[in-house]
Amino acid sequence: MNENKTIIRLNNIRKTYDGKTNVIEELSLDINEGEFVTLLGPSGCGKTTILRMIGGFDKPTSGEILLDDKDISELPANERPVNTVFQKYALFPHLNVYDNIAFGLKLQKLPKDEINKRVQTVLELVDLEGFEKRSVTTLSGGQQQRIAIARAVVNEPRVLLLDEPLSALDYKMRKEMQIELKNMHKRLGITFVFVTHDQEEALTMSDKIVVMADGKVQQVGTPEEIYNEPANVFVADFIGESNIFNGVMTGKMKASFAGAEFVCVDDYETGKKIEAVIRPEDVVVVKPGEGQLTGEVTSADFKGTFYIMFVQCGQYEMEVHCLAHYKPGTMVGLSVLPDNIHIIPYDTTINNFHGIIDGFVDGKGLYLVFTDFAMFVDAHHLYPFSRVSKGRLVDENGEHIDFQGREVIAFFQPEDGDMSDDEKEGDVVGKIVSFYYIGDHYSYTIRSDHEIDYVVDDEDLWNQDDIVSVILPRNKMKYRLK
Amino acid sequence: MSRYRFDRKQLVLPYLIYLILFVVMPLLVVLYYGFTDDQGHISFTNFASFFTNSKMMGTLVYSLVIAVMVTVICLLLAYPVAYILAKGEYARKHSFLMVFVLPMWINFTLRITALKEILTLLEGNLAFHPFMNTVICMVYDFLPFMIMPLFNSLTKLDKSMIEAGYDLGADFPKVLTKVILPLSVPGIISGVTMVFLPAMTNYVVLDMVYNSTYIMGSLIGSYFSSYDWNNGSLISAILLMFIGFLTIITDKIVSKEEGEEVRI
Repeated sequence: MNENKTIIRLNNIRKTYDGKTNVIEELSLDINEGEFVTLLGPSGCGKTTILRMIGGFDKPTSGEILLDDKDISELPANERPVNTVFQKYALFPHLNVYDNIAFGLKLQKLPKDEINKRVQTVLELVDLEGFEKRSVTTLSGGQQQRIAIARAVVNEPRVLLLDEPLSALDYKMRKEMQIELKNMHKRLGITFVFVTHDQEEALTMSDKIVVMADGKVQQVGTPEEIYNEPANVFVADFIGESNIFNGVMTGKMKASFAGAEFVCVDDYETGKKIEAVIRPEDVVVVKPGEGQLTGEVTSADFKGTFYIMFVQCGQYEMEVHCLAHYKPGTMVGLSVLPDNIHIIPYDTTINNFHGIIDGFVDGKGLYLVFTDFAMFVDAHHLYPFSRVSKGRLVDENGEHIDFQGREVIAFFQPEDGDMSDDEKEGDVVGKIVSFYYIGDHYSYTIRSDHEIDYVVDDEDLWNQDDIVSVILPRNKMKYRLK
Repeated sequence: MSRYRFDRKQLVLPYLIYLILFVVMPLLVVLYYGFTDDQGHISFTNFASFFTNSKMMGTLVYSLVIAVMVTVICLLLAYPVAYILAKGEYARKHSFLMVFVLPMWINFTLRITALKEILTLLEGNLAFHPFMNTVICMVYDFLPFMIMPLFNSLTKLDKSMIEAGYDLGADFPKVLTKVILPLSVPGIISGVTMVFLPAMTNYVVLDMVYNSTYIMGSLIGSYFSSYDWNNGSLISAILLMFIGFLTIITDKIVSKEEGEEVRI
């Protein structure tokens, strides 16, 4: 088995359904021969669309899908050497177990005894010998699942696609099937592409995880890399439990966040805004005053092998997983080793809005038009040395400024923005598409109808998909000419 | 203190009364008249004479030929229409379905009269092709009754079944014959029963296109209009048994197909 040979390559895949909304945005991905690759992400992130495009049920709007370096984007599903295990199994109710599994082989017009032999082999593989004559409708969920896998692998595909195949099973059955699928992958040596929204499942089973959100790949890596070195806050928040804090670099490998200074192992320039990620199990409880932080235990819940504790350190809250039990009200010290602090540079592209200047009114300022909103802005923000002469805007030399149609960028800090559930109160109405907790507040991403994202900090807890209006901090916004 | 208490089971009463008055009683009356003579004595002579009378048997065969032809043509026309309506990917699916079902809102004699005008234009004189015209008019009349159940059963068909067919290497014809058709059998059966019986009995269509040959419905009509309750009822009873028989057979075929799966 050649581990490094690329079997499937996705090149700049883009997919839109109505020509407007991008389901997949310029996605490129390599899948190696024999790998167990998991596409992981929240619902609506485009992971199933990717799988369907490899399977041949959806066509990319642009870009190409290569299998063994040959473009298969236009090849119909029935001519691709890949097979799919469908989410709800899609077994044929009018056929029995044997005929379901033999469906593909019969279409290939293989001799009868070869079909027989291969059906027997896969039935053994999925541990359902003797079920040939059973109706698929009389099988349990777990058994149907196995038959669906058998029906796919019996055709000896180059790649096996699995679309959330375990989501319909109960917890215990799911755990068993995870291990069984992993073993099956080892035994068969086929490339598996597995889609799930369950991060635990992804971590358990995969050789390689592709974390997706919003039709974009957020990070590709081994389960360890994804967990220990999340590329951005989304991944850190989505995979496992995390404490996330806003902060700033204060020196060489030194960062300040959560009201204290920490030594870390990531080196960024001093003064750079960062986000720090600390896993709850990496926080060590020490005597008060001994660690970097001191705080009061607010809750401690038993989880079988450890306690989930929340410790309030001033205005910041830290989740701690700890073997010992501390009663709520106890004062404790918290210590984190440099190695266990993961620093992510702050994303400076958020809350940048592109617009144009569309006029000037003496007394009100320049009229700026953005996709979602329009506003008057004092001309000094964009032309510092400008002044008004006879109702017209002129520069320091008295020359008329040609501002009409100039492109501008407006920017505001997430902590300056505000939101309201009264749609009339704010400047832009949108839906909360994601949020995560940063130590002492939540960071919300609100998406407008024009697909523009606004990141706003708020102390209150709102829900995903809530419709809110964003109140722009007009006097704290910054503007520059493009 | 005993007070009247409303029970949900009592909601069945109005329908039960309706069922007894308008379904069970008339059926018993039909059976009674069918198997008695004009003196009111129980007799099987009518029954026996139906099956020995060559004219009667000829009518039965003629009705069957028409009914089979109409049903088959309806099925062949309705299936692709229902498939495209149910599985096509376009907006306002139900408006298109409406276009096909809309004729049901117009009185059928009016529809047939309109169709007659078109046929006269094409053929010159309707009397030259009575059989063909009967079939055309009946197909036109009954087509929506075939489309509806097919549309319903194809809409319910899980799209992933079709995708699974392609995934396992089948092309469209194979997916159609091995996946879609077998899974839409219930729709086919209810469509066929909806069309077959009316096609055997609806003699008004024959009258309207000047087809003077009798079908089963014409026999019943003529007996009843000459106050021969016994023979009229007998033929109704025979048709009833015929349809009952047909239903049992198709049910057997279907449950046999499914039975293979159920048997362990």
